[in-house]
Amino acid sequence: MNPYNYLYLAGLLFTIGAIGVVVRRNAIVIFMCVELMLNAANLAFVTFSRINGTLDGQVTAFFTMVVAACEVVVGLAIIVAIYRSRRSASVDDASLLKR
Amino acid sequence: MSSITALALLPVLGALLVALVPSENSLRIKQLALGITTAVAALAIFIATQFVTSNTDFQFTETHEWIPAFGINYSVGIDGLSLVLILMSVLLVPIVVLACWNESEGGRWSAKVFYILILILETMMIGVFIATDVFLFYVIFEAMLIPVYFLIGGYGSGERAAAAVKFLIYSLFGGLLMLASIIGIYVTSRQYLGAPTFDITALTELHKFISPTTQNLLFLGFFIAFAIKAPLWPLHTWLPDAAKAGTPGTSVLLLGVLDKVGTFGMIRFCISLFPDASKTFTPVIIVLAVISILYGAFLAIGARDLKRLIAYTSISHFGFIIMGIFAMTSQAQSGAILYMFNHGFSTAALFIVGGWMIARRRSSTIADFGGLQRVTPVMAWMFFIAGLSSLALPGLSSFVSEFLVLVGTYTRYPVAAVIATFGIVLAALYILIPVQKALHGPTTPGNEELPDLNLREKIAIAPVVAVIIALGIYPAPVLNIINPIAAHIVESAGFTDPAPTEIAGK
Amino acid sequence: MATSTSIVYLIALPLFGAAALLLGGRRTNKWGHLLATSMSAGSFVVGLYQLSLMLDRATEDRAITQKLFTWISVGDFNVDASLLLDQLSICFVLLISGVGTLIHIYSISYMAEDPDRRRFFAYLNLFIAAMLLLVLGDSYLNLYVGWEGVGLASYLLIGFWNKKPAYATASKKAFVMNRVGDMGLSLAIMIAFATLGTTTFAGVSEHAHHASEAAMTAIGIMLLIAAVGKSAQFPLQAWLGDAMAGPTPVSALIHAATMVTAGVYLIVRSNFVFDAAPTAQLLVVIVGAITLLLGAFIGTAKDDIKKALAASTMSQIGYMILGAGLGPAGYAFAIMHLLTHGFFKAGMFLGAGSVMHGMNDEVDMRKFGGLRKFMPITFVTFGLGYLAILGVPPFAGFYSKDLIIETAFDSGGLQGPLLGTITLIGAAITAFYMTRVMILTFTSKARWDEDTHPHESPILMWLPMVILAIGSVSTGYLFTRGDSLENWLSPVFGEHGGHSKEHLIPPLVVSALALLSVSIGVSIAIIKYQRNEIDRIAPANVSIFTRLARRDFGQDAINETLFMRPGQVLTDVLVKSDDKVIDGAVRGIGRMAIGSGAVLRKSQSGFARSYAAFILIGAILMIAGIWVVTQ
Repeated sequence: MNPYNYLYLAGLLFTIGAIGVVVRRNAIVIFMCVELMLNAANLAFVTFSRINGTLDGQVTAFFTMVVAACEVVVGLAIIVAIYRSRRSASVDDASLLKR
Repeated sequence: MSSITALALLPVLGALLVALVPSENSLRIKQLALGITTAVAALAIFIATQFVTSNTDFQFTETHEWIPAFGINYSVGIDGLSLVLILMSVLLVPIVVLACWNESEGGRWSAKVFYILILILETMMIGVFIATDVFLFYVIFEAMLIPVYFLIGGYGSGERAAAAVKFLIYSLFGGLLMLASIIGIYVTSRQYLGAPTFDITALTELHKFISPTTQNLLFLGFFIAFAIKAPLWPLHTWLPDAAKAGTPGTSVLLLGVLDKVGTFGMIRFCISLFPDASKTFTPVIIVLAVISILYGAFLAIGARDLKRLIAYTSISHFGFIIMGIFAMTSQAQSGAILYMFNHGFSTAALFIVGGWMIARRRSSTIADFGGLQRVTPVMAWMFFIAGLSSLALPGLSSFVSEFLVLVGTYTRYPVAAVIATFGIVLAALYILIPVQKALHGPTTPGNEELPDLNLREKIAIAPVVAVIIALGIYPAPVLNIINPIAAHIVESAGFTDPAPTEIAGK
Repeated sequence: MATSTSIVYLIALPLFGAAALLLGGRRTNKWGHLLATSMSAGSFVVGLYQLSLMLDRATEDRAITQKLFTWISVGDFNVDASLLLDQLSICFVLLISGVGTLIHIYSISYMAEDPDRRRFFAYLNLFIAAMLLLVLGDSYLNLYVGWEGVGLASYLLIGFWNKKPAYATASKKAFVMNRVGDMGLSLAIMIAFATLGTTTFAGVSEHAHHASEAAMTAIGIMLLIAAVGKSAQFPLQAWLGDAMAGPTPVSALIHAATMVTAGVYLIVRSNFVFDAAPTAQLLVVIVGAITLLLGAFIGTAKDDIKKALAASTMSQIGYMILGAGLGPAGYAFAIMHLLTHGFFKAGMFLGAGSVMHGMNDEVDMRKFGGLRKFMPITFVTFGLGYLAILGVPPFAGFYSKDLIIETAFDSGGLQGPLLGTITLIGAAITAFYMTRVMILTFTSKARWDEDTHPHESPILMWLPMVILAIGSVSTGYLFTRGDSLENWLSPVFGEHGGHSKEHLIPPLVVSALALLSVSIGVSIAIIKYQRNEIDRIAPANVSIFTRLARRDFGQDAINETLFMRPGQVLTDVLVKSDDKVIDGAVRGIGRMAIGSGAVLRKSQSGFARSYAAFILIGAILMIAGIWVVTQ
């Protein structure tokens, strides 16, 4: 099967994720969209690894997964903390950082 | 360790010593600061006696590797040019400490911080003149801004914070351009000299290889930085604000020493490293210098504030210095270097005495004074002598240097010299107007009870006046140090003194 | 040229006096004036000693030098602090220290009541030292030191009573106008160095005749500017009248006998320059002619006795400058008139001081009158000076002024009769205004204020006046007997010396003409003032000419409109533009940074999704950009 199709899939997933981040308000959904983008990138890495026949892409994909796992831990904790204090998971309510 | 490194380190070691004294004991701190700065002055005079004046190479040299990858060294050394400026600086610091005994009080921080800043500044003042590595010079050149920034912002008066920021940003802007040129030097020296180097002596070869455009750009980067520092019209507007906001002592060091780094840099870097570019830009620079002379004088005439007036007179004097530097005759060059030395003392005298007047009257507006000659005769005389030195009265030190600059400039650029000569008429006005307003006339209300100079103040001002008079009558001791190096600078830039036009060939 | 080791004492003595009095402060109040007087007298004695030595030497060996030390030496620019005592400078040395000492003695009594008498004497000694340096320096640069030194002393002394703002302004005006002249001198030195490579008199003299005329003309004109400033000649004459703010002995010494004549010294000393520059020489003559008439006209309208005398000084120096401008024929006569004028004008100023002393410091001649009986010595000494300045034989002015008039007639071409007529007219006007001064002060009816009790001055004051009066009577005869002064000075003027003995008009006729002019002037004054009542207040319904002369022909107004006002406007404009334009640009850059920050800050909404959108858009733009570039 043509490996380039995986790249189109990765692009599609990344775009869906990006649009999700921009248009959705719920922090959890945004978070999931971010994960979607990360995984789209991972898919691209692995595909390139396959196309080029080197292992660099796969190694990077593992790095990304580790980073993504850390991010989930920290990110979810922040979301939970914000939800506790503000009773809302909408990111637009947490616009206080501008000051 | 070379003796000049020791000289440079002595004040900062003293600063550590001062830091150990409890802040409450401000008298002990002042005494300690005075002692340290006097010791530095003594050491500098000792070094001067060991200096071989006929030798135009760097002496007392010392080199250690610093960042070998970029060819950066800690390398120091002095020639006649740096020696006179170091002597001027280290002689002025103890005088400032003694003269401005009380100005460290009432600042944002304690007196201890004030003197630590002064001592750190002194180390940098020496360091900037002894550095023979362009990068080392640059680092100290920029680092000097820090203590001055805090001295103005922390101990000044009026809009001190704004003035300090203005001073800092102006200087940083110049420093940025200089940094670009320094990177340029790194690139070109690696390209043409084999290995990257920042050594001044090695870099004098550089101009033979690089294209005129590159040379012009590198020159401009340095020159603009120095023209801001010096300051040259139209890059001068930070000076009156800084001088007005700073304490008189700070202003003495700012105008007397720090600004000289600008003119020093023009000789040491602009002319020595980029002689062809200097030639290209000389007409423009001479014009700007002449404008500075007249412009500074007119603004001094129009000044209502004593400190701003002194700052504007300095702009006029720096115009003379820069004109002398770029006139490229041995008379003008010697005159310009001597002018740097003399200007340090005559401006110091003006600022110190002016500072005393301001501290007593609690106002720096000239119109608030009046009839001081009858109330405080000694102080009035000191101000008058300082003023006469500023207007370059023959017999006082500034005359020798100003006349040398004029006569040396005339032989190459007669028109510029003739226009600059109008400055001597304006000088009479900008000195005699404040003298008349502040010292003559009836004693105006608020001035009747002003105390005359006390013993400490008399001791502080005496050496300044002594230098002004002694060097006016017998300038040879300083001229002997300056002449060889000035002639060398002119010669190595590819110039010879014009011969008398009417007796050529006879 | 022979060297000497003792010339320096001429300067060192008064300089020491000045330093001792200024540094000693109030401790020296008691004996300061005595020290100063003895220092000045010491200088005079040294001068006499040097004269006796000089007389012992052969004519060609009379000039001697003393090198003190190397002053400035850079490359080819070498200036020694070196003194030159020759036939010309010894005349000045004796005049300065001699008249100076007399005026010191006079001042002991005149300034006795002043709490700052010590300071006054310190300044006087400073002046003597600077003036001696001026005439003893062997190069233009050494002369320049003395030149500005006397300017400083003059500034200090004019403003001696600077508590009065007008006096402080007068002193400043004098210094600044002098500085305009000094500018000329410094430019002359620069040109001399650039063209001839030297600044010494000997050096310039050596090269003068083979240098181009253009160069010598430039130097000459610059020297003339210097002389014009120092000697209060047209167009830099305005400071002299105001300089009368100083104590009267100062007016006698500095603003009559010595300092103001320094311009004449400079021109005569630079004879080699002017001989090689006919254009500059012509300008000298023109300046002299204009000033001698201008000063004389101003003198006719002044009611202030000191200002009348000051105008007269200006006019008489005009004669000297004119004489000096006539070239080798006139140098010696210019100096001769300078010396005789030093005696009679100083004497008259001291007489004016004596009158003021007896009249509660009143200077308005309209409030004098009839003082002949109350101040006989002052009247006689002043009268002898009066006869001398008029040029009545055998008083001093007769010889010196007649010789200048004669030389003017002999100067050839159309110029000769013209200049001769001008000098004769000047003599007539001089006679008129001096007679007016005499009548108003001494012979007319008393018009005093009620509380005045005129009395003769004490001996310390009248003794110097008597000595100066003897000088005004005798010097003319002494100087001309066997052309003694002319022969004495001729070595200074090189081979050009000596004037032609061919005359346009015989000397006897010239003398007769001069005497005729003088008698016309005197007669008009007698008719106008001796016969009529004199108002105590200056009449207002006078001719426009008198009104103009009272206001010095609008010299202050002219200076104000031409220089001061535009200067002030320029200063104001520059001060404003420095703040608004240059610093405005600097502040503008600062404001621009702040302003652009304020605009960009709006994009920082705090909404995480808008940030994300920005990042997305940015990323897309970048990718698009890369794509476009790489395509």
